[in-house]
Amino acid sequence: MPNYSWPAMDKRRVMGKRLNRLDGVAKSSGRAKYNSDLNPPGLLHAVILSSPHAHCKITSIDTSAAEKMPGVTAVRVIKAAGTELNWQGTEIAVVAANTESQARDAVKAIKIDYEILPHLVKEDDLKVAGSRARAAGEQVTGDPDKAFQEAEVVSEGHYAIPVITHCCLEPHGQVVQWGPEDKIEYHPSTQSVSDIAADLGSQIKVPAAKIHVHMDYMGGGFGSKFPSDLWGREAAFLSKDSGGRPVKLFLDRQQELLIGGNRPSVYGNIKVGAKKDGTITAWQSQTWASGGLGGGGLSADLFPYVFRKVEHRRVNHTAVSLNMGSARAWRAPNHPQVSFLTCSALEDLAAKCNMDSLDFFVKNVGLTARPDTYKDQLMKAAALIDWKKNWHPRGDKTPGPIKRGLGIGVNTWGGLGHDSACRTTIHPDGSIEVEIGTQDLGTATRTMIAMVAAETFGLQVTEINVKLGDNGLPKSGASGGSTTIGGVSVSTHKSTINALGKLFDLIAPLMNTTPDQLEAVDGRIQKKGDPSKAMTWKQAAQKLGTQTISEEGKNVSRDAAKDGLITQGASGVQMALVSVDTDTGVVKMEKMVAVQDCGLVVNPKTAESQVYGAMILSCCSALMEERVTDAQTGKVLNGDMEFYKLAGISDIGEMVVQMDITPEHDARGIIGLGEPPTIGGIAAIANAVANAIGVRVPMVPLTPNRVLAALGKATDRRMA
Amino acid sequence: MMCSARHASSIAISERKGYAVSSPKDEIKKKRKSAFSRRGFLQGLGAGTGVVGSGLLGAAEEAEAQSTIPVAGPGVVTITLDINGQQMKASVEPRETLLDTLRNQLNLTGAKRVCDRGTCGACTVMVAGKVVYGCTVLAIDAQGKKIQTIEGLMQGSRPHPITQAFVNNEAQQCGYCTPGFVMATKGFLDRNPDPSYDQVKKGLGGNLCRCGTYVGVRKAVLEAAKEIKNA
Repeated sequence: MPNYSWPAMDKRRVMGKRLNRLDGVAKSSGRAKYNSDLNPPGLLHAVILSSPHAHCKITSIDTSAAEKMPGVTAVRVIKAAGTELNWQGTEIAVVAANTESQARDAVKAIKIDYEILPHLVKEDDLKVAGSRARAAGEQVTGDPDKAFQEAEVVSEGHYAIPVITHCCLEPHGQVVQWGPEDKIEYHPSTQSVSDIAADLGSQIKVPAAKIHVHMDYMGGGFGSKFPSDLWGREAAFLSKDSGGRPVKLFLDRQQELLIGGNRPSVYGNIKVGAKKDGTITAWQSQTWASGGLGGGGLSADLFPYVFRKVEHRRVNHTAVSLNMGSARAWRAPNHPQVSFLTCSALEDLAAKCNMDSLDFFVKNVGLTARPDTYKDQLMKAAALIDWKKNWHPRGDKTPGPIKRGLGIGVNTWGGLGHDSACRTTIHPDGSIEVEIGTQDLGTATRTMIAMVAAETFGLQVTEINVKLGDNGLPKSGASGGSTTIGGVSVSTHKSTINALGKLFDLIAPLMNTTPDQLEAVDGRIQKKGDPSKAMTWKQAAQKLGTQTISEEGKNVSRDAAKDGLITQGASGVQMALVSVDTDTGVVKMEKMVAVQDCGLVVNPKTAESQVYGAMILSCCSALMEERVTDAQTGKVLNGDMEFYKLAGISDIGEMVVQMDITPEHDARGIIGLGEPPTIGGIAAIANAVANAIGVRVPMVPLTPNRVLAALGKATDRRMA
Repeated sequence: MMCSARHASSIAISERKGYAVSSPKDEIKKKRKSAFSRRGFLQGLGAGTGVVGSGLLGAAEEAEAQSTIPVAGPGVVTITLDINGQQMKASVEPRETLLDTLRNQLNLTGAKRVCDRGTCGACTVMVAGKVVYGCTVLAIDAQGKKIQTIEGLMQGSRPHPITQAFVNNEAQQCGYCTPGFVMATKGFLDRNPDPSYDQVKKGLGGNLCRCGTYVGVRKAVLEAAKEIKNA
C-alpha cells in the first residue's frame, strides 16, 4: 500500500502556506455565477404566497383570477382549503410567470380567507407557554443537593439568548428545469451537491440518476441549506406545468428570515457551587428553548459546556413549541448558546469568589477533556489581550460613564471528515484534473483541494484544475459540522498519491530505477537524493502517449482514525475587551482575540479568515441579532435587514487570531474549523460587559435597553 | 406588503429629482412619514402614472404635475441605459428597479439582490459617479446617466486594483456581498483617495456581510488606495 502519511511539517511546500483563494478574483470581480444569477433562455420567475398569520386555517382559496393574469404560466396550490397553518410564512401557493413582477401581481390576485387561530410566539415565560412546554426530564449525576450544601460559594443567575436566523445573503432557492423524459436540470443554492438530487427525487418521484445538480458558488448556508425543501419540489413542478421551461424560485428576504432556518433560543436558570479557591463542585441548570413548532432540539446533557467533569450535576431541559418557522442547523448547533450560558454562569461564580476569571478558568481546566490545551490557549489568549494589565475586579471604577471590561468564552467541536471520494486524472499534456462532488461554501474548499493535490505532485496550485459542485463527480458528503476539509483532503490526497504512483510505475524503468525511488518536487520528477536524474513534469506526462491516468481515493469516515490523516476534537478560547457607555447603554467591542486549534492547518490564511468571520458572527449575536416577535399579533417584527440587525464594518473593533499551530496539534491530522470559532465569542463579550459594568445583563443581544435595565436594577438593589 | 398607488405617488415624485412638484414641501414630507415603504412604492407603481387623481395635490397643482411629468407605462417601455460605456437596451415596466433590470434583463449579475430595500449594499452600483443601491433606483430613472457596474471594473483579464486587494486580503468568503463592497470601495476611494483606517470604517458602513469578512475588507480598502495612488 502506498504511504499516505502527510509530508512532515517542515517538508511541506504548499500545505501550510498562506495562499490566496483561487476563486478570489472571480468572486470579487462579479464574474462568479451563483445559481441565483442564472438566466437560461425561456426562464420563468416564481413567487411564493406565504401565510401572514402565525396560526390559522385556510377556509377558502381561489386562484382563478391569478391564473388569468398576464404572463402567468402555472399556479400551484400548496395548502388547500381546510389546512391548518402553524407559522407565519407557511407556503400556501406558488406562481410562475414570464417576469417576476407578473408573478408578484398574480400572487396578490389569489383570494384567501383565513380563520385565525390562537398562537404562541414567545417562549421567555414558561408559565405562559403552559401545555406547549414539554420537559425532557431531570438528569442527576452524583449528589448535587449535598454538594450545594457543602459549597463555600454558590452563584445563581438567569441567562438567555434569543432565536436568531441564518439570514443567508443568497436566499434559499434554485433554478430548475423539467426536461424531456423527466430529465431534470437542478441548480440549487445548497450545502449538499452530491446528496440533494436524491432528496429532490424522492419528493417529485424521479430517480436521482435523472437529476443533474450543478453549483459553482453559493452565497451562504451556515447549516440551513441541506435539503431540497418544498421550494425545490414546487419549482420543479412549476417547470413541468409550464411545458418544461426553466423556473427560478428563490425566497424573498422576509421569507428567508421567516422560513429559511433559525437557531433555537435558550433560556436558563443556573446555579453553580464552588470551594472558596474557585474549584467548581456542583452544577444545576434548568433550561428551556424553542426552535419552532417542534420545540427545541437541545439536550440538557450539553450542560455544563466544556467544563463537563463537574462531579455533582442536575440538568433539566424543556422544549417549547411555538407558532414559528422551524429551526435548522446553525453553525455548531447548540454550542454557541450552551457556551454562552455556561461561561456566563462560571464568570459570575468567579466574581463571587473574588477571583480573576482567567485564574478561575485555568484553575478548572481539569474538568475539561483537554486540560493542557485549554490552559495553554487561555494563557496565549490572555497574552494577546494583555489580560493581567487590563483586568479588574467586577465593575470598572474608572470615573466617568465609560467602563471597560474583559471576558472569556471557550469552545469545542468534533470536526471529523465525512465520507468523500475523489478522482484525479493526469493527462499526457501534464494537466491535472481533480474531480470531487463537494461544494465550496466560501470556506476556500476549492483552494485547499488544489493545495493538497499540488503538494503531492510538486506543482503550483494554479496547475491543478479542481472540478467540484456537480453530482456527476465522485460523491462527497454534505458540508456541515466542519466535516468537509477532513473528508476532501483525505480523498484528494489518496487519489493524487495513487495517480502519481501510476505515473512513477510508468517512468521508473525509463529512468533506470524503481517507482519507490522517485519523488515529485518543484515541477520535476526526480530520483530521491539525486536531483541530477530528473525529468520535468511535462516530460514525464508525455510518456503517457495517448493514455491518461485516472485514480480514485476515498475517505471513509469510520476508518479515518486508522490512517491518522485526520481526526476530531478542536478546542479554542476567545477573549473580548469591551467598553460600555453607562449613560447610553451602548456596548462597543474594542478588541477580540482568538486562539484556536484545528490540528494540521492546510491554509492558515483562509483558516484565520474563518475565525475572524466567526468572531464577527459572535459580535452580531452578542450585541444586535434577535428575531423579534409580537405576542399580540403573532408576527415577526423584523423580517428584513433594517431591523434584523447584523454588525457592520464600523461595529467591529480590533481582532487578533492566533491559529494554534504546533507540532503536537499538527501531528493529530486535519480537523474541521467551520464550527468551533463561532462558539465562544458571545460569552466572551457578555462576560466582558459584566466585568465592565459590575452587573450581569441576563439576555443577549446586549442592546442599550437591556444594559440600562440591568444597571437600573443594580441601582435599585443597592438602594434596597 | 403592497401600498396603494394612491398614496405612493406623491412620495415617488418627491424622490425623483428633476421633476417639478409644486405642492408644498412640508406636505410632501408629512405624506412621506405615512409609513409606506420605499420598496413598496418602487414595486407598486408605474412612476409618473400615479399622479393622476392622487388626491394629494390640489387640482391646479395636479394639472401642472401632469403637464410637467413625463408619463411612462404602466406597460412595458423600451429604454436605453449607458452601462460601463455601452448603450444597452432593455424592455422594462416603469416599476422595475435598476437592480432587477441589470440582473434579469441584461445578465449583469455582479450586483446581488439581498435585502431588496436599501439596507445591505449588495446591489451597489455607480450612477452618474455616485454610489447607489441598485434596488432603490428605478431603471427608467437611470436613463441618460452613466452607470457603472462591477462588470465594468475588469480591464480584459486584469483585475482592478480593488478586486485584487480583496483577494490579497481575504476580504471575501461566500462572496455574495463582495461585488457590492468592491463598488462601494470604488466610490469611496474616488472621493477619499487617501483614507485613514477610521474613515474606511465609516465609509464602508453601508454594506453588510454575513460571513464576517470586515477585517479583510478594511485591509483591502487601504491596500487598494495605496495601489491606485501608486499606479
